[in-house]
Amino acid sequence: MDYGRVSGSEPNCMELKRILLTKKAFILNRWFDVILEAYPSETSRFIQTQSDRFANPVGHSIRKGLEGLFDTLIDEKRSGEISGFLDDILRIRAIQEPVASRALSFIFDLKAVLRKSLEDELENDDGRLMQELSAVDSAVDEQALLGFDVYMKCREKVSELKSQEIRRNTFRLLQQARLVTDLTTLGGEES
Amino acid sequence: MAKQPKPEELAKVDYTPPMTAWMDTPAVLKPGNFCNAAKEKSLQLLDMPNPRTWSAKDDDWKLPDNWKEIVLEGLRERLDKYRSLRVFMDICVRCGACADKCHFFIGTGDPKNMPVLRAELLRSIYRKEFTTAGKILGRFAGAREMSLDVLKEWWYYFFQCTECRRCSVFCPYGIDQAEITMVGRELLNLLGLNIDWIMGPASACYHKGNHLGLEPHTFKSSIEFFLDDIEEITGIRPEPTFNRKGAEILFVTPSGDVFADPGTYTCMGYLLLFHELGLDYTWSTYASEGGNFGFFTSMDVAQKLNYKIYAEAKRLGVKWILGGECGHMWRVLNQYMDTWNGPADFLEVPTSPITGTRFDAAKSTKMIHIAEFTADLMRHGKLKLDPSRNDNKILTWHDSCNTARGMGFFEEPRYVLKKVVNNFYEMPENTIREKTFCCGSGSGLNASENMDIRLKGGLPRANAVKYVNEKFGVNFVGNICAIDRAALTTSIDYWAPGVRVTGLHELVGNALVMEGEKKRTSDLRGEPLPGCEAEE
Amino acid sequence: MGAIMSFVGVLALVLIAILGAKANLHLVFGVLFPYAAVLTLLIGLTVRVVRWAKSPVPFRIPTTCGQQKSLPWIKHSRIENPTTIWGVLVRMFFEVFLFRSLFRNTKIEMHKGPHLAQGSSKWLWMAGLAFHWSFLIILIRHLRFFTEEVPFAVSVTEYLDSFLQIGVPLLYMTDLVILGAITFLYFRRVIIPQVSYISLPADYFPLVLIFSIAGSGVLMRYFTKTHIVGVKAYTMSLVSLRPMMSMPEGVGTIFWVHLFLVCVLFVYFPWSKLVHMAGVFMSPTRNMANNSRIVRHVNPWQTKYKGRTYVDYENDFREKMISVGVPVEKQESESAEPAAEKE
Repeated sequence: MDYGRVSGSEPNCMELKRILLTKKAFILNRWFDVILEAYPSETSRFIQTQSDRFANPVGHSIRKGLEGLFDTLIDEKRSGEISGFLDDILRIRAIQEPVASRALSFIFDLKAVLRKSLEDELENDDGRLMQELSAVDSAVDEQALLGFDVYMKCREKVSELKSQEIRRNTFRLLQQARLVTDLTTLGGEES
Repeated sequence: MAKQPKPEELAKVDYTPPMTAWMDTPAVLKPGNFCNAAKEKSLQLLDMPNPRTWSAKDDDWKLPDNWKEIVLEGLRERLDKYRSLRVFMDICVRCGACADKCHFFIGTGDPKNMPVLRAELLRSIYRKEFTTAGKILGRFAGAREMSLDVLKEWWYYFFQCTECRRCSVFCPYGIDQAEITMVGRELLNLLGLNIDWIMGPASACYHKGNHLGLEPHTFKSSIEFFLDDIEEITGIRPEPTFNRKGAEILFVTPSGDVFADPGTYTCMGYLLLFHELGLDYTWSTYASEGGNFGFFTSMDVAQKLNYKIYAEAKRLGVKWILGGECGHMWRVLNQYMDTWNGPADFLEVPTSPITGTRFDAAKSTKMIHIAEFTADLMRHGKLKLDPSRNDNKILTWHDSCNTARGMGFFEEPRYVLKKVVNNFYEMPENTIREKTFCCGSGSGLNASENMDIRLKGGLPRANAVKYVNEKFGVNFVGNICAIDRAALTTSIDYWAPGVRVTGLHELVGNALVMEGEKKRTSDLRGEPLPGCEAEE
Repeated sequence: MGAIMSFVGVLALVLIAILGAKANLHLVFGVLFPYAAVLTLLIGLTVRVVRWAKSPVPFRIPTTCGQQKSLPWIKHSRIENPTTIWGVLVRMFFEVFLFRSLFRNTKIEMHKGPHLAQGSSKWLWMAGLAFHWSFLIILIRHLRFFTEEVPFAVSVTEYLDSFLQIGVPLLYMTDLVILGAITFLYFRRVIIPQVSYISLPADYFPLVLIFSIAGSGVLMRYFTKTHIVGVKAYTMSLVSLRPMMSMPEGVGTIFWVHLFLVCVLFVYFPWSKLVHMAGVFMSPTRNMANNSRIVRHVNPWQTKYKGRTYVDYENDFREKMISVGVPVEKQESESAEPAAEKE
């Protein structure tokens, strides 16, 4: 699991990351656009342009998540935050897109986006950038693996919410029917 | 590194939906986004058309052969009965102001959830059948033929609208999608196309008095069950009465308060308050439902379910009626009840027996909201309160759609909550009051099989909650709606875990310092009060 | 699709008018069409309004956008949530003349720069207001063609509209504003995917039509300088119901186009979404007071409740009620006669 991270933290990766940082805005916008392709075009424009975070929570959370993921890729000291940023996006995608492969594909899309942004540099590359890039690829793969965890967690949460709701709605009846004992503790942990 | 894949090789499957006009894009019923079909039995109990066992997942919805005729005739009838429908069918200019105001559009991104388009689903048929321009110009004038696909599309999307009226606030002509959805659902009901989560409660309410189908003895024991908890917490045992003739006040609340946590704690709050006041009031096992799932079915069923309230007030000979915390219940009580089942000339204008205040704003309906009642008590200093008992709560306030946009009920609950809670923060301006976001599960959509769409629809609300949670440490959302208490609990647990949901009178019940109570160490949930954590 | 079709449609209309002018079909284009158009507009609108009015308003359903009237010490929002006819009138005034509801969109977007798509709702409000007001002012200015003596109100409107004092003849600001506003509204429909998705051909057509009407008017006033005295003689002959048998000298083809397009607009008006002009006054969510708790609202088709009553309920559950001490009307569960006297 740490394979990508180890090579990614070697000093020779610095050059690539420096370049990527200068292109951060371009990369994030393009990555965002790729995600928007999953939405009907009438909608994607709204998600893209409505800047009020309360009128457009989907756009806001996705942007926030993408930026975070990008930053953690550059600065592996922040790798502990990856799950949180994945959560920003996947909590939404998990209910909008019940097929995991589709909900998660955006993570892999970053690879193509990075290559696109590095077109010129890779043209004149002596192989060094390519090598660094493959290390970044591995880090992306690792984010994707974590993404599966987050996605699963969200889907599980949905099922859990369903059963909790049923429990909340029947608990009082069971209580009356004396089918539930130890009322106070159960009642306490409810809600 | 021998070979790096080129960008094109990494390119993924294309998920972009085909760019077809909405009329050419039939609805795809996605699991998690629609509810189970209404059961044969519940339709029969309410004498509704076409009772049968069916499922939306099947191709065959078991419709009568002349279904098209029924729908179009039904539409004609309603155009003659509702000016709102006729005007709203004609005057939309498709300016798009409503498009991004719907919580379902914001959360799903499905263009057919834009209120304007949801209305066009019906409008296109109206044009084809009832306007000259539509008959002659067809598509040019936005008209299309009624078909089975259209019918299924109606069913899918009219049960993806919570009738919250937010779009109506922003529309330059006040076009109200709730009105259109209500008519759309009436038409669907002519064919027996309702959902179980609505028809089950509605038929139960018609026969047994409340949505949950609690029979009189169970209803009574449900409330009496709270008395044990209350006694344990306060040392006081209230003595509620049921179906008592000659009481001054009849109290009606949504049965969810009696039944489902956390509404139950609000119910305890009512009991404490009434006991402390020594109020001469009675519950009714017959009029044991303030909510009205008939309202999500048809005007006819809604009238049927609402009938009990006045009838029971008359039978018991009370002077006036007090209503509990509920959303659509209050839209119905404010805008429909008197018209359906009034006039309530056998009642008196509500007058608080404690303060003497006459509630002239309810001069005709003779029914007031408990938050009005309590606010008046507090204004006159009739309650001894210790808001510090709620100090472990940092509260924000969710305005429920129906009380907000179907009544204008904003300041009364805020006045009350500020008396009983020390820490209160509003959510951002464009998400509260008349611009409040729906919980995502209103109008009978709080089933479990459609959890995905509920969570999507709940996102805009929960997102604002999450914001105040992160910014001010808010850990409780207050509201005056039974569906909110049930649905927000779920949606916020998904989007902003750690924030919980409470009714207004739960907070009042906690803060109320009662005559002869023991030293309280826990709140109505049985959780330690601030400062008492160690004793627990 | 609709965007282009509308262009083609209006272009065809313009051609028809030009052909009419070339063939000098004055009796058709100059007499028959204008009378027919005005009649269609008046009758059509009346039919529309009467049809709306014939459907009753069964329930009192205002959308409340402010604090209700309740306790005397709670500040009541008299306009956003009116309980009296006066409040409703003020609310309708704001709605009709200032587009109050449309304005609600704007607040949240003020912090970011004016950006077509992003600030679309704010711009929508401004462009909508600019368009409708210009239209109204231009309409009022045109009254000078239909009255012998120019009414004072018309002169004042003209004076104010041209107070910049630019050019000869003086430039009317509304001429510029209406063309600009329509252009914006048109491109907004084409460019913003959300809006273009919901747009029907019938949404583009009136914009193109009105643009062409305004455009032809501008051409006549500022460029081809149509013989205005001749035009007035012609319009007055229509008003006096003694129409001229031919168009006066010096009134060019472009006037024929202008006139014909106006006729088309009048005919189109009552059968299209343009009836929102009359409909906004009939919208029950805006033109009703929220006073249904104070005064009973009567629904003309309301049927009295028929169905289960308390008696049925007690009959079903009497024993259970008695068993837990809930009072009942009848003690014995077996009642010989049907319990119909109650309720």
